[in-house]
Amino acid sequence: MMSTPPTGEQRRRFGLPHRHRREPAQDFAQHHDGDATGGGTATATDSGTGTTMETSTQATGSHGSSSFRSLDADSVFEAGAPIEDKKAPHVSIEKRWDERKFNAKLVNPANRRKLSVIIVGTGLAGASAAATLGEAGYHVKSFCYQDSPRRAHSIAAQGGINAAKNYRNDGDSVYRLFYDTVKGGDFRSRESNVYRLAQVSTQIIDQCVAQGVPFAREYGGLLDNRSFGGVQVSRTFYARGQTGQQLLIGAYQALERQIAAKTVEMHTRHEMLELIVVDGRARGVVVRDMVSGEIETHLADVVVLCTGGYGNVFYLSTNAMGCNVTATWRAHRKGALFANPCYTQIHPTCIPVSGDYQSKLTLMSESLRNDGRIWVPKSGEDKRDPREIPEDERDYYLERIYPAFGNLVPRDIASRAAKNVCDEGRGVGPGGLGVYLDFADAIDRMGRKAVEAKYGNLFDMYAQITGENPYETPMRIYPAVHYTMGGLWVDYDLESSIPGLFVAGEANFSDHGANRLGASALMQGLADGYFVLPNTINDYLASGPYPKVEEDHPAVVEAVESVKGRIETLLGIQGTRTVDSFHKELGHIMWDYCGMERTEEGLCKAIGRIRELRDEFWSDVKVLGANEEINQALERAGRVADFLELGELMCIDALHRRESCGGHFRAESQTEDGEALRHDDEFAYVAAWEYGGEGKPVLHKEDLHYEYVEMKQRSYK
Amino acid sequence: MKITVRVWRQANATAKGRMVSYEVPDVSEDMSFLEMLDVLNDRLTTQGEDPIAFDHDCREGICGSCGVVIDGKAHGPQQTTTCQLHMRSFSDGDVIDIEPWRAEAFPVLKDLIVDRSAFDRIIQAGGFISAPTGAAPDAHAAPIRKEDADDAFDAATCIGCGACVAACPNGSAMLFTSAKITHLGLLPQGQPERRSRVLSMVGQHDAEGFGNCTNIGECTAVCPKGIPLETISRLNRDLLGALVRGGDE
Amino acid sequence: MLTFVATMTLTAHQRAARSTVVLKVLMAVSGVIMILFLLAHMYGNLKAYAGAQAFNDYSHHLRTIGEPILPYGGALWVIRVVLVAAVLAHMFSAFRLWARSTRARGGVQRYHSPKAKRGVQRTYASFTLRWGGIVIILFVIFHLLQLTFGVVNPGGPADTPYGRLVAGFQVWWVVLAYTVALLAVGFHLRHGVWSALTTLGANASALARKRLNILAHVVTAIITIGFLSVPYSIVFGLVK
Repeated sequence: MMSTPPTGEQRRRFGLPHRHRREPAQDFAQHHDGDATGGGTATATDSGTGTTMETSTQATGSHGSSSFRSLDADSVFEAGAPIEDKKAPHVSIEKRWDERKFNAKLVNPANRRKLSVIIVGTGLAGASAAATLGEAGYHVKSFCYQDSPRRAHSIAAQGGINAAKNYRNDGDSVYRLFYDTVKGGDFRSRESNVYRLAQVSTQIIDQCVAQGVPFAREYGGLLDNRSFGGVQVSRTFYARGQTGQQLLIGAYQALERQIAAKTVEMHTRHEMLELIVVDGRARGVVVRDMVSGEIETHLADVVVLCTGGYGNVFYLSTNAMGCNVTATWRAHRKGALFANPCYTQIHPTCIPVSGDYQSKLTLMSESLRNDGRIWVPKSGEDKRDPREIPEDERDYYLERIYPAFGNLVPRDIASRAAKNVCDEGRGVGPGGLGVYLDFADAIDRMGRKAVEAKYGNLFDMYAQITGENPYETPMRIYPAVHYTMGGLWVDYDLESSIPGLFVAGEANFSDHGANRLGASALMQGLADGYFVLPNTINDYLASGPYPKVEEDHPAVVEAVESVKGRIETLLGIQGTRTVDSFHKELGHIMWDYCGMERTEEGLCKAIGRIRELRDEFWSDVKVLGANEEINQALERAGRVADFLELGELMCIDALHRRESCGGHFRAESQTEDGEALRHDDEFAYVAAWEYGGEGKPVLHKEDLHYEYVEMKQRSYK
Repeated sequence: MKITVRVWRQANATAKGRMVSYEVPDVSEDMSFLEMLDVLNDRLTTQGEDPIAFDHDCREGICGSCGVVIDGKAHGPQQTTTCQLHMRSFSDGDVIDIEPWRAEAFPVLKDLIVDRSAFDRIIQAGGFISAPTGAAPDAHAAPIRKEDADDAFDAATCIGCGACVAACPNGSAMLFTSAKITHLGLLPQGQPERRSRVLSMVGQHDAEGFGNCTNIGECTAVCPKGIPLETISRLNRDLLGALVRGGDE
Repeated sequence: MLTFVATMTLTAHQRAARSTVVLKVLMAVSGVIMILFLLAHMYGNLKAYAGAQAFNDYSHHLRTIGEPILPYGGALWVIRVVLVAAVLAHMFSAFRLWARSTRARGGVQRYHSPKAKRGVQRTYASFTLRWGGIVIILFVIFHLLQLTFGVVNPGGPADTPYGRLVAGFQVWWVVLAYTVALLAVGFHLRHGVWSALTTLGANASALARKRLNILAHVVTAIITIGFLSVPYSIVFGLVK
């Protein structure tokens, strides 16, 4: 049942020395399944290397940041054996999914009730998977940290959901959606997965309509579509500006229906803190009841993580405050490969930061760029009211640099250009981090009424948050982290490198490559949850039965003790700095060095600073109260601790990828015009990272082959 | 500006709570209300005092997690969620009272956090359309009048925050329940289960200990999504029809 | 309390049939019956302007409705029975729901903040419904004792209904009590008419809501002014 070659090899990589002596929990985290099957091929990553690394990091820790200059891309990671997806059938791409479904082993309906499935997270992927698997008859246990499954952050998606329905007769097709997604992902995604995504996209719309999702309709009673994110066809279905909400409520209702039918057991206000791996297979989770503080063990035949993205590593992002990486990071530490962590999407039209107290960023629909003009004053000294700045003293920089596309250049170009003008000191608003998005011309041209009809709700939202009237003075916008394409590595079945651990939605790396098309996140979440996972997980379950695990199994006890130890450690430090202050500092480091533009030097510096910050965290964080109560600081502390580890891996991934692609821009790799420059000869692979303990992470490459789409460099000049 | 807050502090579900005053200097008018609480919590933590617990998540007015009673009004002086309320709605020197939602069916868990799981159970009772995955006909198989789709959408925008219950002098969750009845009842897909749905959901609403509706309209006045009061009248009509004609089975 | 009893053993239909919505419907229907009665009663009162003869004849006429199918006074008894049933049903549902609300809202003292005791937008009428209802029932008892049964005779005994009417309203505190009670009725109707029709499902749209509120104002105005005009006409000597 070993799905990928390196899994056996990963299992030998434990028992490394630990730097954080005050975190006894970690001792447990790393010995659990050393008895797993061998068979790994890479040998470069033995514990000796880890020991070497240990001394070097301690040295750097004590010498301050200057010593990190000696870091370079090759010294921070180890090379591991290549990996590949072995589940996608070798038939032509349009037949692969049917073929896989047909060949997957099935579970007799009468036996399903005896098989248990743990699903963590209740966003689009988690709720739809739980509902569908419950419906199929499995015994499902669902977990979410919110007080209700309806609150998962999928709810905040505004724009819409793509589907290759071709209701507009505008030449759309499954192939075109596949093509656009591969191209949009800058040729860093796996063709098989993307093609399947495009294939099932049409079923998603049918399913949602049947559930009563009130999509926008035309007067004829049929569904309305719009074009979104710069594609040439109208394939985006939407429900005003609240598509995510409506889709999630649909999935939530389907989930609640199964809860009522007792096929799904729901655990709200429960946070997963550890994965239980027994004999090399994922067999359960350790969760904390966030009300009583009780540490609970839940065992099952298979575990599914649908726990979303990790954008909150930047502290400020458009993610919800609670979004975190803990579930996937804990799985990573237990052996799951983490793929492409450096691929983050930055959205150009967010409301800028207004002060240090800022807790989150709010996205405004990109459609604003259709009619608004983006500019900054030509001189950084110019502090006049924007309305008083005459035309010839304004720099409409996008229109100037990209005359063909102007204000409609892709997200990453628009974002980077905004950063550049702000770096030049020409930014506007508090802290100089903002550019104007001006509707004065649009109001002149279309009339205020028309602008109001088109953008009224966005303008209201802006006015609510900033207290400024965008009809009178130009809006201020700034880019913000919005989505993370990276995530746990999965094969065609959505199974991670730990057998029995499946990952769906934003939590996996699967479909978006290096950048995600607008209106595709919702599509992927629901595709995974409703249609893909329920047709692949049966193959794993049917390959059982897996021996029953008792709560006193050493691996279970270790997992529980490690969670308890970690909590005790966090509560015991009693330092001087709040959790948020660490999170903010980490966010600043990530944003400055691993944000819109990354450089070799900056990333090295970031890695050093993150390591220092992590040490400081474990010696000086201040978490009050006890475990046995609602303790929001404790919850956050655990999440920030994991972000402090993830942040480093992101920087390492960004450092090793010496090319620019999609959401990853390396200053060293750009065209003369400042465009992203890919290096397909060297980097056309998925970077899947194996946890290296306190040593170096190990890179496993999955080579990407393009048989159906020709690789091209993009140009927007 | 400088603000004084009087906050309900309660250690856990069984403890007795009380109002406690804290001063918050250096409040910026651009802060959101919850950011003001963040700043206060940071201070409390540094001073070694237990920070104030409150539910919140998306902070963009859509997840429905946040919600406190501010100066006696659910979500405060503006008709929006607490996270979208900004300090510019207050003035220097103000004393602001902050309390949790109060209702029998929403027990306080800690400080400003209440247990709203009753809402989930109302949905479990019938707030769905039984459409097994994969069994759906083509999305265009049944056209829906645009007006009906729009009205259904308006009702479906409910975020389940619970402000309606907190504001209702009777502690009723009729607006929440009726929003779902209306959303699903207006669509053709929702018709087969329409009668059994209203019977089950109303029964569950009452079993949870929510009060009755007296058509006062406080709920809709504080609802961040402006769910109209008409939905409740629609629920009543549907319920009477279902009682007379029986459920769907 | 009955409504809080665990109802899991009941069918969905039974649970719904015992719900607060049904109690509200009971209250609404009984309220509508009483409104119809009030309109008829007011019509009778206005007969006072036509003089003693007409007023007394009207009283007598009430007892001859439906003759000979019904015996003398039969229709009036039917009306009385329906009315008493409506009053009891109204009170029953009111007290049941009142108790339930008090508990559901989390006790009498709900929010410590004194700043929004009046709520966000609620009408004064909606506050006075419950206590106003108690004022009204106390008044109705007094009213029946005075004018129907003639047990209480503040203005001195009289043989005819007209006589009791005119004599009674010569006494200042009777007029005052009557006025207070009618204002309570007015407030009760202002919210009650709207609420009853809404409960019965008539509030179908924003326009319907507007119309229902106008209707509530109109019914309130007609009944309050109609009832108050007679005693004040007596006070000011327009009716003797």
